[in-house]
Amino acid sequence: MLPWLKPAVFLACLIPLGQLGYNAYTGNLTANPIEFITRFTGSWALILLLSSLAVTPLRKICGWNALIKYRRMLGLFAFFYAALHFLTYMVLDHFFDFQAIVKDILKRPYVTAGFTSLVLMIPLAITSTASMIRRLGKRWQQLHRLVYFAAAAAVLHFYWLVKADIRRPVQYGLVLAVLLGSRLVFSWAPAIARRFSSQRSAGRATANARASKLSRNSES
Amino acid sequence: MLIQKSNDIKSAVITPKEFYLNRRQFMLSASAAALATGAALSGLDWTGGTPEVLAGEKLGNVKKSSFSTAEKQNSFKDITSYNNFYELGTDKEDPATNARYLTTRPWTVSVEGEVRKPKTYDIDALVKLSPLEERVYRMRCVEAWSMVIPWLGFPLSSLIKLAEPTGNAKFIQFVTLLDPKRMPGQKLPIMEWPYVEGLRMDEAMHPLTILSVGLYGEILPAQNGAPIRLVVPWKYGFKSIKSIVKIRFVEKQPPASWNRMQPQEYGFYSNVNPEVDHPRWTQATERRIGEFLRRKTLKFNGYGDQVAQLYSGMDLKKFY
Repeated sequence: MLPWLKPAVFLACLIPLGQLGYNAYTGNLTANPIEFITRFTGSWALILLLSSLAVTPLRKICGWNALIKYRRMLGLFAFFYAALHFLTYMVLDHFFDFQAIVKDILKRPYVTAGFTSLVLMIPLAITSTASMIRRLGKRWQQLHRLVYFAAAAAVLHFYWLVKADIRRPVQYGLVLAVLLGSRLVFSWAPAIARRFSSQRSAGRATANARASKLSRNSES
Repeated sequence: MLIQKSNDIKSAVITPKEFYLNRRQFMLSASAAALATGAALSGLDWTGGTPEVLAGEKLGNVKKSSFSTAEKQNSFKDITSYNNFYELGTDKEDPATNARYLTTRPWTVSVEGEVRKPKTYDIDALVKLSPLEERVYRMRCVEAWSMVIPWLGFPLSSLIKLAEPTGNAKFIQFVTLLDPKRMPGQKLPIMEWPYVEGLRMDEAMHPLTILSVGLYGEILPAQNGAPIRLVVPWKYGFKSIKSIVKIRFVEKQPPASWNRMQPQEYGFYSNVNPEVDHPRWTQATERRIGEFLRRKTLKFNGYGDQVAQLYSGMDLKKFY
């Protein structure tokens, strides 16, 4: 593995923030800078969250096991941009008007979904350290399945917010569907393979019962 | 430092109007001619320029109006670079980017339906129909942002009077141009094209209601709805339909695009009303473009004194 790759990925994840800073410095945040920053940080949170969810399918399909080294980083950067997104909403958009914010979260489905997504990511970020992974053992993996719900809530948040042009939220939704769907396929695949092989061997059973037993054993 | 005023530029130096208004067609014919003569490069000079340049012609003889607000006006740049005009793209900056597609000459507006004097107006005649006034209005978008815009235009009522509506004319329907070549956003089935809007006759006759043909003293940039658009300042921005080709007087309430698509979210009246939230977000506050803190949204966008009586006896929570 290339030793510079991990810092390179780290820096790459900071490029959007740099771009935002550069746009702010050059006064290119559009006529409505608060809206622009909100959209920008939200989009990158979603892109990085989906990227972190792409690691496992890519490992299984392409055998790129080294990708696992970047999964935590991608997830934490997704949380980083989601937190910036929420801070933009809280500070710039509503300027600490907590009454309005709480009302928004409770009353507006798209805000509820977005806030749910962020809240679900908090325990995942907290338990992302090596010592926490060790301490939680098997439960760590169960806990981190929350990311599926966080991603679904994030896509829903986007979908419920647009007025008419649903193309982009639908694109994110399709990517998420493929990423989650592939997990279902992977978890069913061994069972399907077993069933298929047992059917096939049952057909041959009369001819060669011993061989079928061997084949079943070798595949399980 | 010498700051050159626009009057200092000799008219001979300015690109002739028919050239820049039809720049796209001109470029096509120019490049064809250039190719034919083997001087292809000569066409390149015409590829520069920004949408602002396209719409830079000054409109003279403009009266001030007592209907104007004295509030701080948004900059020309803000008004022309942050637009909702799905026919030119759904992102806020798309309409300015795609403005070059929307050529506005030739252009006619057909006045028809329940009128004694139906007529198809050429846009250049329509602009001269009535003395132009500057109307500095607040514009409140349904997305909870607002601007202050110095429109140039004339009261819709002056066109209505010329058309002589019959007793059957209870509403007016407005229709935007349908031409996916000039309005590339219409290639996408985001909504049913063309965009349509409607007003009740008394709303249309109200002195605040104008047809706008310009802003900031210049002809209307394409991204703002060139060459002619409606401005109804007490209603959410989407009621102020852009790039109009048809004004039809009708007896029944006509369809309105957003209302037709999502009736539970956008009513036919769509008067600015902080007490009636959009189902998905609050309408109680708004962000004035250029300001940091949100403002409280005013009922009828602050034009209640002039227009509230149009709706007396109506439940505005029901007729939102």
